[in-house]
Amino acid sequence: MLEFHNVTKRYGNGKPAVNNLNLTIKKGEFVCFIGPSGCGKTTTMKMVNRLIDITEGTILVDGKNIKEQDSVKLRRSIGYVIQQIGLMPHMTIRENIVLVGTLLNWTKERKDKRARELIKLVNLPEEYLDKYPHELSGGQQQRIGVLRALAVNPPLILMDEPFGALDPITRDALQEEFKKLQKELNKTIVFVTHDMDEALKLADRIVIMKDGEIVQADTPEEILRNPANEFVEEFLGKDRLIQGRPDVTTVGQIMNSTPITVQIGTTLKSAITKMRDGRVDSLLITDSDNVLKGFLDIESINNNYKKASKVENVMETNIYSVSQDSLLRDTIHKILRRGAQYVPVVDENHRLVGIVTRATLATLVYDTIWGDGTELEEIVAQAE
Amino acid sequence: MMNFFATHGNELIIKTWEHLYISMAAILLGVFVAVPLGILLSRAPNFADRFISFIGILQTIPSLAILAFFIPILGVGKLPAIIALFFYSLLPILRNTYIGIRDVNPAVVEAGKGMGMSALQSIIKVELPMALPVIMAGIRLSTVYLIGWATLAAFIGGGGLGDFIFDGLNLYQPSLIIAGTVPATILALIADRLLAFLENRLMPEGLKNSYETA
Repeated sequence: MLEFHNVTKRYGNGKPAVNNLNLTIKKGEFVCFIGPSGCGKTTTMKMVNRLIDITEGTILVDGKNIKEQDSVKLRRSIGYVIQQIGLMPHMTIRENIVLVGTLLNWTKERKDKRARELIKLVNLPEEYLDKYPHELSGGQQQRIGVLRALAVNPPLILMDEPFGALDPITRDALQEEFKKLQKELNKTIVFVTHDMDEALKLADRIVIMKDGEIVQADTPEEILRNPANEFVEEFLGKDRLIQGRPDVTTVGQIMNSTPITVQIGTTLKSAITKMRDGRVDSLLITDSDNVLKGFLDIESINNNYKKASKVENVMETNIYSVSQDSLLRDTIHKILRRGAQYVPVVDENHRLVGIVTRATLATLVYDTIWGDGTELEEIVAQAE
Repeated sequence: MMNFFATHGNELIIKTWEHLYISMAAILLGVFVAVPLGILLSRAPNFADRFISFIGILQTIPSLAILAFFIPILGVGKLPAIIALFFYSLLPILRNTYIGIRDVNPAVVEAGKGMGMSALQSIIKVELPMALPVIMAGIRLSTVYLIGWATLAAFIGGGGLGDFIFDGLNLYQPSLIIAGTVPATILALIADRLLAFLENRLMPEGLKNSYETA
C-alpha cells in the first residue's frame, strides 16, 4: 500500500532530517510514527503527500511513485488530518466536510448526500452541517476534521498528531471512536504522535524514530516485550514497562519452577510427610517422565488414607494447567475467575515445569500498583 | 447662502462629480494593482518587507511635489492627477493585503493545501476571504485619504472641488473655500460608510460571528 525505499530528506547541507528510511505499510494497517520532537516523524509523513519534497529515494503509494504524480491530484487522493484541525472558518461544516469533493467538482446532490452520511459516523446531528466551525467544541471540530479526510473515501489517511491539542477526556473519547471507525472502514492510517499511550492504544504497528532513523518498528506487544535498545526503553518509560508486564510477560517468566511434587507410586504416608515438610496443602503428581498426572490435596488424603495406600488411587486427574508460553494477562483472569489457589505450568509435552500461585500474582499486582519493579525483576531473575 | 448656490450651484455639482471621478478612478486603479501585488508579496516575505518600506518612502514625498513631477511627463489635466493619487492609494492597500494574507491562520492554509487545493484555489477560496476584513480596512483608509488629497488635483488642472478652494484662496473668498471643503468632507464620510456597508456584505458569514465572539 505504502512503501518507503531509501527515503532521505535533507535541509540544506546539514544532517539529514530523515535518513535512508525503508518501510512497507500494508493495506488496512494502522501505523503510528513516534519519537521525540525533531526525530523526523512529521517530515516522513508529509513526504507522502508531497507537502515536503523527498531529497533521495522513492515513496510508492499503491505501487505508484508519488514523484510521477501531480502533487495536487495526489493530495486529493490521500486523506489528511492536522493537529490544529484547520477547518475553514468561513465555510459551513457541510462545506468543510466535502471540501475535497468540491475540488473534484462533485455535484451539489452528491456532496450533500456524502456530508449527511459522514456526520452520522461521528454521532453528530445533521443540523450541525449548517453551523460554522467556531460554534463547535474542539472535540467536535476535530471529528469534522477527521470526516473531511474521509470525504472522498481515500484508502490512505495521514494524521499529524490529530488529537494532540484536545483535552485528555475528549482525546480518549476520540481515540476510541476513531479506532472503531478505522476497523469498520478498513483504512490504511499513518498516524504521527508523541504520546506513547496513544500509540500503544491505536497502532497495529509502532515505528519509533530517532534522529531521522527508525529505531524499532513492531507491534505494541513486541515493543513492550522486547524494546530494541535503551532509547526505546527510556522512551517507553519504566512505568509503562512494568504496567505493560501482564500484557507481555509469559507465565514461564514469573512461575515458581520448583513446585512440590510426588511421583506416581508414592505412598500416601510419604506424600503427607512431603506436604508437612513443604508446608503446602496439595501436591502435584507426575510420572517418571515428569508428565503431570494430577493432584492430591489434604482433604482427599484425610478421607482415603485408610482405604488406599498409593497416591494414584486417590489423586484428582481432572487438572487445569497452562502452557509456559501463554501470556500472564490471560492466565491472571483464568486463575482469578476459577478461584483456584494455583495453576501448574506445563511445557508442550505436558511435562510439569512450574507453578503459578496466587501469591505470585499478588507480587505482580503489588509491583504494578506500588513498586518500581525490583521485586518482580528478582522473581524473573530467579525464574531464569 | 442661497445666493451662492444660485451662482455656483451648477458648478458645485460638476466639480463634485469631477472630484468623485478622480478619486474613484485612482482608488480602483490602486485596488487592481495593490491587491494582486500584495498577494504576490505574501509569497516572498523576505522581499516584501523591503519592498513595502520602499513604497513607504515614496509615500513621504509631498503630494504637491509628486503632482509637479508628473507635469513634464504626463502634462496637466485629469490623467496625471489620477496617476499621482493612485500612487498614494497603493501603500495602505498593499500593506493591508500583504498583512491580511500573511496573517491568515497557517493551519487553515496547510489544511487546504493538504486537501489538494492548487495555489490559486487556496488564494481564492481560503486566503482572500479570510483576509478580506483587513484588505477592506486598507481600501477604506485609502479612499478617505484620497478624497481629501484629490483637492490638490486642481493644482495641475485636474479639476474637482479643489478648484473652489484655490479660487477662494486667490480671490480671498472664504465662502468658496468652504464650498470646496465641505462637499469633499461629506464625500469622504459617505464613501467611508458605503465601504463599511460593502465590507459587511462581503464578509463571509462564518467569519462575522467568529469575530463577534472573539
